[in-house]
Amino acid sequence: MIEARNISVSIGRKRIIADVDFEIRPGEMAAIVGPNGSGKTTFLKAVSGDLPYTGNISINGRDIAAMKPWQAAAMRAVLPQATALSFPFTVHEVVKLGLTGGRSGVLPGEDERLPDRALARVDLDGFAGRFYQELSGGEQQRVQLARVLCQVWAPVLDGSPRYLLLDEPVSSLDIKHQLIIMNIARDFARRGGGVVAILHDLNLAAMFADRIFVMHRGGLAAAGSPQSVLSDELISRVFECRLKVGALPAGNTPFVLPQSAAL
Amino acid sequence: MTDHAAAGPFGLMKNRATDGDRSGRARLVIAALCVVLALTVLFSLASGASDASAFAVARDWLFPSSSPADALSARDRIIVYDIRLPRVALGVLIGAALAVSGAVMQGLFRNPLADPGIVGVSNGASLGAVSVIVLGGTVLAPLTGLLGIYALPTAAFLGGLAVTLVLYRVSTRRGQTSVATMLLAGIALGAMALALTGMLIFMADDRQLRDLTFWQLGSLAGATWGKIAAAGPIIALGLAVSPFLARGLNALSLGEATANHLGIPVQRLKYVAIVAVAAATGASVAVSGGIGFIGIVVPHLLRLLIGPDNRYLLPASALLGASLLLLADAVSRTIVAPAELPIGIITAAVGGPFFLWILLRKRGIVDL
Repeated sequence: MIEARNISVSIGRKRIIADVDFEIRPGEMAAIVGPNGSGKTTFLKAVSGDLPYTGNISINGRDIAAMKPWQAAAMRAVLPQATALSFPFTVHEVVKLGLTGGRSGVLPGEDERLPDRALARVDLDGFAGRFYQELSGGEQQRVQLARVLCQVWAPVLDGSPRYLLLDEPVSSLDIKHQLIIMNIARDFARRGGGVVAILHDLNLAAMFADRIFVMHRGGLAAAGSPQSVLSDELISRVFECRLKVGALPAGNTPFVLPQSAAL
Repeated sequence: MTDHAAAGPFGLMKNRATDGDRSGRARLVIAALCVVLALTVLFSLASGASDASAFAVARDWLFPSSSPADALSARDRIIVYDIRLPRVALGVLIGAALAVSGAVMQGLFRNPLADPGIVGVSNGASLGAVSVIVLGGTVLAPLTGLLGIYALPTAAFLGGLAVTLVLYRVSTRRGQTSVATMLLAGIALGAMALALTGMLIFMADDRQLRDLTFWQLGSLAGATWGKIAAAGPIIALGLAVSPFLARGLNALSLGEATANHLGIPVQRLKYVAIVAVAAATGASVAVSGGIGFIGIVVPHLLRLLIGPDNRYLLPASALLGASLLLLADAVSRTIVAPAELPIGIITAAVGGPFFLWILLRKRGIVDL
């Protein structure tokens, strides 16, 4: 379980997020949504250990502030919004960096083949020998996801669930690959891990997430199941434009239809 | 960037290894570089103003007292064991130190242009060394009294360390290193160190001036076992630490935050890397003056050949750096024999154009 209580983050004198409570249990996939500048990435960075914060964040009951980097690395992997690479590594070499921290959760002998398996999962078969810097933005994003998957290949290790923290994992992908990546994330959760993903696409959030956290101006505006959170009134107010929530006749997954930029 | 591709000089390896995995090729290159270094050492031991032959040297080394008639003459023995051997040993140490310092610094700053010589670290080390040469008998007498032969390399190490720390502080903000700031700050710090060094030289007496001039040109001449005993341990310390930095530096190429996510204690990595670079560079400068460009040319060439994985890049840099410096030294000893050209002139004459080539080549790919 990842538990965050009363999280506030300030950069300089500016308070970016204030008193955010968050909780995700193993087996769950959580989506964080909200307009630009609402504090989504700042919150995820606090959970990743990148930013100083006040409040308390724990993973599987252990305070992350007291954890060594390699202990945290064994429990969660982080996909940042963008990753710049400073030297000409091949795709294979970048993905293999996911194994830096040690135990991905496969048998020792299988480590060697893990980068290829991870690449196959993100639909990048045959890319291992290419140079990372020569790939398109979407391909680079998928390479980074393969690297992250290598780090925590087994969603549960020694009985402890592990977590994926994903900052806009599908932002530069075409729709097919958006679905592939969301399926990988949901599958990770179904097999006992936990996933926290920042998403801009409310429909993907509604389709894949068990719980949606809506952030607004540095605080939490709502949290709960897609059905309970996605209402015309709430999301129109948070996103400051007119949106309409419907439901597909077949199921109870809501969808969001943009109406106009004005309220 | 096609020259990075797997079908390089060892393209035959491609089908056997996993695609994109250059570790097999890297191991092969390292093995080859070991052979190259061994040959270079032998060549350096056997070449010079005197005519002691390579064969006699090798034979004397392998079978020290086999047949006195064929072995080295007493004069040749002195030349080989007390003049050439310490010089070769020093060349190997310093060539390795300069190349590895360059590679580590490039990993730390996440930029292939970072080099102790270019960003002022060598100037800082020079300032430390010159301080001891000029002030060792007066103001710094307690230091020289305490440290003895280690005073000079230690002072050079501290000078280099000070510059590296300030440079890192100035050019890195929130984990992002600005290359432009790094180069400019390096120039400013280097100039400040140079100015202070100039003032010290101005204060120096005639005997000190002779020492200084000789030393400043950058040379392996005057290598003695004593100098190796003084600088060797500090250089060895810097070199010995570097393999433990390799994985961390690899992760750091994805940025500080991601390296941390991957389990690397980034702050500790950075400080250990800075101290290692300052130790290796400082002690090298203390005994041989400023020898430029080895630190930038060697890692760059090797990255083209085996890729940027520091687990292979660092040992390969040590081997190639040592070989290249020995070759440059051999040229410096023979090109104007019986006089000697300072080796710094040769590495700069070859390295300068090479550095320009890197810049021009880079411009098309990555904007500075």
